[in-house]
Amino acid sequence: MILDKAADFDVRKYLRLEMMPHFLCPGCGHGIALRALLWALDELDQDKDKLAVVSGIGCAGRLSAYIDANTFHVTHGRALAYASGLALARADLRVVVISGDGDCLAIGGNHLIHACRRNLNLTCLMLNNEVYGMTGGQVSPTTSAAMLTTTTPLGNSEPSFDACALAAAAGAGFVGREVTYHLPKLKELIKAGLEHPGFAFIEVLSDCTEIFGRKNELGSSAEMIMRQTSDLRPSAYRDTVEAPFRPNELATGVLARNDRPEYGTAYRNAARAIKAAAERRGGK
Amino acid sequence: MSAVKAAPAAAGAMQLISGNHACALGAIAAGCRFFAGYPITPSSEIAERLARALPEVDGVFVQMEDEIASMAAVIGASMGGVKAMTATSGPGFSLKQENLGYAAGAEIPCVIVNVMRGGPSTGMPTRPAQGDLMQARWGSHGDYPIIALAPASVREIFDQTARAFALAETYRTPVVVLYDQTIAQLTETVDLGHRRVAPFVERKWASGPREEYRPYAADESAIPAMARPGDGYRVHTTGLNHAENGFPTQNADVVERNLARLLAKFERHREAIDAWQVTSCEDAEVLVVAIGISARSATRAVELARARGVKAGLFRPITLWPFPEKQLRAAAARARAVLVPEMNAGQLRLEVERILGGKRVQGIDRCNGEPITPAEIAAGLEELGVRS
Ligand code: SF4
Repeated sequence: MILDKAADFDVRKYLRLEMMPHFLCPGCGHGIALRALLWALDELDQDKDKLAVVSGIGCAGRLSAYIDANTFHVTHGRALAYASGLALARADLRVVVISGDGDCLAIGGNHLIHACRRNLNLTCLMLNNEVYGMTGGQVSPTTSAAMLTTTTPLGNSEPSFDACALAAAAGAGFVGREVTYHLPKLKELIKAGLEHPGFAFIEVLSDCTEIFGRKNELGSSAEMIMRQTSDLRPSAYRDTVEAPFRPNELATGVLARNDRPEYGTAYRNAARAIKAAAERRGGK
Repeated sequence: MSAVKAAPAAAGAMQLISGNHACALGAIAAGCRFFAGYPITPSSEIAERLARALPEVDGVFVQMEDEIASMAAVIGASMGGVKAMTATSGPGFSLKQENLGYAAGAEIPCVIVNVMRGGPSTGMPTRPAQGDLMQARWGSHGDYPIIALAPASVREIFDQTARAFALAETYRTPVVVLYDQTIAQLTETVDLGHRRVAPFVERKWASGPREEYRPYAADESAIPAMARPGDGYRVHTTGLNHAENGFPTQNADVVERNLARLLAKFERHREAIDAWQVTSCEDAEVLVVAIGISARSATRAVELARARGVKAGLFRPITLWPFPEKQLRAAAARARAVLVPEMNAGQLRLEVERILGGKRVQGIDRCNGEPITPAEIAAGLEELGVRS
């Protein structure tokens, strides 16, 4: 029944159809993530004119161009910083950030930490496919143990990042994770994040089928998406790693939530108070 | 044409203020309503002033996590339609270059103040220098146009900061305001009540039906009208090379056409962009070319040299980039030699040599944190005046 609803949502309402065909590889998980975002926005009756989408560089960063809204494709890793300026200057807009794991956690890591801490009214979607897809498949901060990439030909031996734990520790108002396998659940999570008055960080476990999947012999895109919830070990592990790829114990759903004051509101309230005091002093 | 209305009169009449204070006042007078920055000597007073002043005019001040983020936030605010500025010094200016290039390429108006201190690297944070002239022109990768202004007094910092906003908004470009630590922290009496400040300029906003609007299509002004989020245009802005519709393209003809417009977009507006000052140039046989604190010393040096019979003159570019070339050529028409005193290893001299091709150009280079004195410049002028 839930799946029927997914089919009922006409994604074309929020897409720039003139931009089709899109550039994503066949089977890429990012398309599902985009659909979930647009579906959530539709359920919130989002006015497209009042929607701003800011994205960084990488495959995830390219998604903004397909959304029929005010879209800004900015520099690598800096989407949250651009979005912070935009959201502070224009509190009337809904500002959504789309980023990838490299964009958000490596080059943009500092901006993520402080966006979480500042708690500005932004929704950040980090599409985690464990790899730099756009540049041909290099290791990222979230690449699982032993996985092969073009820059880890011996298998990745750096530990991977738990982005949600980082976001929660840095004080994000809303933190959640979901897999693209569960589209309706993902839509619900994004919707909850969009409705949260403060910074919402949502990690979407997505699949890079063409680059990461092939390199690690993870099978077809259908097999890859099934693996998001399985305990299979990819052949890349070659019996050197005990844990399965993306084990079931990676927590999903809403992982942290607090009601710290939203920064923009707090700033404007303080400014109003200062102005009122100054006017009283000036006898105006 | 952009709408021009009179600037609001700046508060107060005679005031004893520093250059950085004047910068903050100039920004507010020009309509700046967003500032993002990061603490750095010797520019922090600008941020501190604006942290107090902006909320009083319903603006926003934010201290970001780093220099990169503050440049990004400024561009983000400007993309939202708000006049925005950041201020920094050398090391921070280096970090801002990435996003400054974005603003140049995507044509997002913004103002970047760089209070120059000693370099390279951390250099001498509390000492003046003029070492970022070339960085202001060429600091980000690729080819792009930029405007840089070089005020030389507290009053002029006020005027040129305000003017930076007018230029940024009119020509959809980042504008760098470049001055050295000496005048940043110099305190001078200025009269902000009487003299007219730069016009209060509004950006040219998109109008007309959405179907007909093309974000990077320009009329003969070469400056495209910008769409404000919320006005119904729903456009795409990108740092990738883009077509007139704003979307990325790798079509060689389309890229070339847009970049050609971008790179030449100031040319037909040079009359409004160029700013310079000539002092005693009509009969000058030796010419000094200088900016900032070095130009202040040079002003006195010209008087000293003239008192000793040397026909000296001063040419001071106020708009440093694009350089007022033909004005320099005119000022140097009768000069047999040119002296360029500057607090770096010869950056301005390179430009002067390029423009005056073949003329004798000599420098006084200073990179030790000490300003060049009038006596030193006067001695240089006399030497050139006698020898040439
Ligand atoms: S390279 Fe990977 S992440 Fe990028 S579009 Fe292709 S499948 Fe998707």
